[in-house]
Amino acid sequence: MSWILILEQTLNGLQFGLMLFLLAAGLTLVFGIMDMINLAHGSLYMLGAFIASTLVQATGSFVAGVLLAIPATAILGMALEISVLRTLYARDHLSQVLATFALILIINELTRLAWGSDAALPMPQALSGPVELLPGLRYPAYRLVIIAVGILVALLLFILVAKTRVGMLVRAGASNREMALAMGVDIKTLFTLVFGAGAALCAVAGAMLAPLFAVQVGMGENILILAFVVIVIGGIGSIRGALVGAVLVGIVDTIGRAFLPIVFGIFFQPRVASAAGPAIASVTIYLLMAVVLFFRPQGLFPARG
Amino acid sequence: MLELRRVSKRFVGVVATDDVTLEVKSGEVHALIGPNGAGKTTLISQISGTLPSDRGEIRFDGRDITHARPHERVRLGLARSYQVTSIFKRFTVLDNLALAVQARSGSSFSFWRPVAAEGGLFDEARSVAGEIGLSQKLSSIAATLAHGEQRALEVGLALATRPKLVLLDEPLAGMGPEEAQRMIALIDRVRSRVTVLLVEHDMDAVFRLANRISVLVDGRLIASGAPETIKADEQVRKAYLGDEVAA
Amino acid sequence: MKRSIAVFVVLLGFPLVMSAIDNLFYVSFASRVIIYAIAATSLNLVLGYGGMISFGHAAFVGAGAYAASICIAEGVTSAWLGWPAAIAASALAAWLIGAVSLRTRGVYFIMITLAFAQMAFYLVNSMKAYGGDEGLTLPQRAELGLGLDLGNEVVFYYVVLFFLALSLYGLHRVMQSRFGRVVIAIRENEARAEAIGLPVQRYQLACFVIAGAVAGLAGALLASHGKYVNPNVLHWVQSGTLMIMVILGGVGQLWGGAIGAFVLLGLEHVISDYPIPWLAAVAPNYQQHANLGVGLVMLAIVLFAPHGVAGLLSRRRGA
Repeated sequence: MSWILILEQTLNGLQFGLMLFLLAAGLTLVFGIMDMINLAHGSLYMLGAFIASTLVQATGSFVAGVLLAIPATAILGMALEISVLRTLYARDHLSQVLATFALILIINELTRLAWGSDAALPMPQALSGPVELLPGLRYPAYRLVIIAVGILVALLLFILVAKTRVGMLVRAGASNREMALAMGVDIKTLFTLVFGAGAALCAVAGAMLAPLFAVQVGMGENILILAFVVIVIGGIGSIRGALVGAVLVGIVDTIGRAFLPIVFGIFFQPRVASAAGPAIASVTIYLLMAVVLFFRPQGLFPARG
Repeated sequence: MLELRRVSKRFVGVVATDDVTLEVKSGEVHALIGPNGAGKTTLISQISGTLPSDRGEIRFDGRDITHARPHERVRLGLARSYQVTSIFKRFTVLDNLALAVQARSGSSFSFWRPVAAEGGLFDEARSVAGEIGLSQKLSSIAATLAHGEQRALEVGLALATRPKLVLLDEPLAGMGPEEAQRMIALIDRVRSRVTVLLVEHDMDAVFRLANRISVLVDGRLIASGAPETIKADEQVRKAYLGDEVAA
Repeated sequence: MKRSIAVFVVLLGFPLVMSAIDNLFYVSFASRVIIYAIAATSLNLVLGYGGMISFGHAAFVGAGAYAASICIAEGVTSAWLGWPAAIAASALAAWLIGAVSLRTRGVYFIMITLAFAQMAFYLVNSMKAYGGDEGLTLPQRAELGLGLDLGNEVVFYYVVLFFLALSLYGLHRVMQSRFGRVVIAIRENEARAEAIGLPVQRYQLACFVIAGAVAGLAGALLASHGKYVNPNVLHWVQSGTLMIMVILGGVGQLWGGAIGAFVLLGLEHVISDYPIPWLAAVAPNYQQHANLGVGLVMLAIVLFAPHGVAGLLSRRRGA
């Protein structure tokens, strides 16, 4: 087991974790502020990827396509919020779960009607080669770009939430909604904007990850569960928690998948190792979640005291 | 019967109860008074177990219950009523009380026999209803009761578990004069069977019912003793009673 | 009670009618609906009556399905061994998952049940020995003996119908019992339930395990029915489908799960197999997008008829 391999997998984990953070941040804010369970969040991620693929083809430029996909998805997200999701804020959690689950079905089928079951978003030529980070460590340039984008967006988000007035309103709303209302905050608009921001983040993640994973209907559901695990671990309503949780989940998952089968192979017979290794590897993050919840049922950094 | 030793609870930045040492004697009605925000409900929650204490010891009937779960404390005979009415709104009055009786009489891991067949449960529920003055309202849905009746049911639920000691958190809250008189009469009726720790703002009720009074201000116990002593205590007058006490 | 008996009489007569007109496809389809009715009824206990929004119920159906399938695959074909094994497996899974999940509340509970179910999905998916992601095909249905051939569609139908009757009657009795009262009380006001001396978590866990066990039975029946099982049975989308059935049929109503299963599966079948000419003219491939219709119906129900179909029916009776 070389250090190069470990470093490489750690970088992969970091890259995946940062993209997970983009999804988790939007999701945790919606939970924390609006107290709403939104299963359709993954669908926004999927739409971001599909829209990006169309725009990249239309403009012929990867950067232009991705940049344009962000506001486009944000607008779709806000339209969704204004039309359907608003009525769910006052409803109980079960209704929210079922309604947004229905939305997943609807959005999936509409996507299929509009694009077919999948789309292509190839990696830009300029970034498809490796970069030599350290002697012996060659890492794909594109993944480095993802990490850079992830860190950039995380910084932007932190500045926005911690330093601006809007950010203060968001934080106030996350920790005590009644108080925010009492202070005269225009809750409706705030909610719509928060939702739009969440959709934008989904689009970034969806578009950036598209060249690595396939762009297909249903891609949202799989990553949604991971985003849930992230915010459960990190604590609902906390962006800091989402970041820590996401990076943790990304790294644990990636390293688990890469190395657990090998570790099992050392200790167990090949037949057992090849069966059990991948199985345990795929559930490591759920075990992580169970352990965190056992000791801190509110997550690591709960926003509400 | 109930002993609190140095019981404390702190929330972020706020000390809610501070080093409270208090004793409730068997058979008495012991009133706990104090200004709003003094920590009375916090203390009640610590005694009933829904709020874990940061420090201190709670003994009930000779046993250390500091770490016992709330339902265990109820099983030992320590019941509680709530300041904000917390009943089973969609059950009838009879079903509310029957449930409390059911909770203390054996296990509810019974899956086949219909509850309706257990006459004993309902007879006892009916008798509790009589005690709290709701005999005419047995089949009314709890949510449809008047405020005073709901408060009576609130107390009834606690009484139905046949406690040795009952914690009554502002039972007269929000009541008009007639309803208040009825509640006071109710407490008077049950005092022979149940020790009472009564949290109240209504001084009329307090001085009519209490054998002893303890005063809580800013989380600390500043006085404890017979009603006359408390009435005369300078500290208490300054901190709390002011003009409320009739000369 | 009388209406329930009437419904069962109809259900009893159904396969005889179908046999008469030589259409066994619908008997098999009806068996499938009934199996889902059993699964949805078990979720109704936890979700409808107990108020616990468990998003991982498919894991228990799947546990039962796989346990039963593995038995048959390994040569243990007797239903008298395979089906109890399925129930035990799913009850155990429910006990483990419930014990951890029920320490959390609200949104956390929903998500942790969801996550655990997905974990089960991935676990099963990587079991290469039993088909992995391709699933496991069974050589035969389970064997019941007693002169009953489960390979016969009509016989199978009556057997699953029997279990549905048992489940519904069981649910009815349980809800009338002490346990049922406690479960509803906990749903109504958990804090007060604890305050009158009920160890809330213990009852919730028991409820969870019972529901899991019945779901496991449904899973075992499902595996025998199709002679096939694959990890998708455990996918969280399946859990969502079960929840749709319960809310569609009516949460906390005895027949809620069954009605929901019937309506949902019936709708799916009708949309995919019976083309509506004018709709086909406008949107030629509409049948492949049946989910769109299901989603829209579901959304409509949640927004406009939150008590489901059974709720609508009982309200019309003036209940």
